[in-house]
Amino acid sequence: MCLATRRVANWFGNVNAVLTIDSSIVRAIVAHARRDHPDEACGVVAGPIGSDVPTRHIPMDNAARSMTFYEFDSMEHLRVWREMDDNDEEPVVIYHSHTATEAYPSRTDVSFAGEPGAHYLLVSTREPDSEEIRSFRIVDGVVTEEEVNIVDATVKS
Amino acid sequence: MAIEVRVPTILRSYTGGAKVVEGAGDSLSALIDDLDARHSGIKGRLITAEGGLHRFVNIYVNDEDVRFLGALDAKLNDGDSITILPAVAGGALGFAAAAALLGR
Repeated sequence: MCLATRRVANWFGNVNAVLTIDSSIVRAIVAHARRDHPDEACGVVAGPIGSDVPTRHIPMDNAARSMTFYEFDSMEHLRVWREMDDNDEEPVVIYHSHTATEAYPSRTDVSFAGEPGAHYLLVSTREPDSEEIRSFRIVDGVVTEEEVNIVDATVKS
Repeated sequence: MAIEVRVPTILRSYTGGAKVVEGAGDSLSALIDDLDARHSGIKGRLITAEGGLHRFVNIYVNDEDVRFLGALDAKLNDGDSITILPAVAGGALGFAAAAALLGR
């Protein structure tokens, strides 16, 4: 199924159909998702505007505190978005976890997706000892899966 | 009355790409009508067919979420700064249930 989805991504001709992300950030996202399991976890990875490089991990509160829904707290959302503005950053990655289902955008995820420039990273924590990590572009209701390229060089930790 | 409005990426197709636009009005609903007169169609992305604020966006007056200021009735003053952000929400839950949970 994974392979089939990738073929669809190529079919749409997304020239930049890859998310390149540092392994230390992926580890931090997975740790956040595990910590909040069985509730869904959510957050952002900011990066310099136009760089497409996620460099600053910002775990966010799930204001819904739910096993099947997440929502940024509206005041934390404003504060973090202002902070990114001040730093000339943008939300390169917006992530959340699914705790009992696969790491694929639900209809709800697609309906709410309001950052066409962001990579939507999903982590599934339904298996206790392994995580499924997948990334998508969601633009005008169209979901395009992309590869996740985990590297060791983009961030000094 | 000049009020600064910060427009998110997803709505900049209505503002010719502008990140910040000006509007006028003594309440949020008057401001949105004024914005729609200048940037046709933007109102439909902020307000539902039933006339309430759309669940997909957060609107702030200065540093306050308008839902705590009377929503569309929120009073505005010259020099206020409005920020519009698309809500970041989702999850495995079905869409209808999610919308009901949000209650907006």
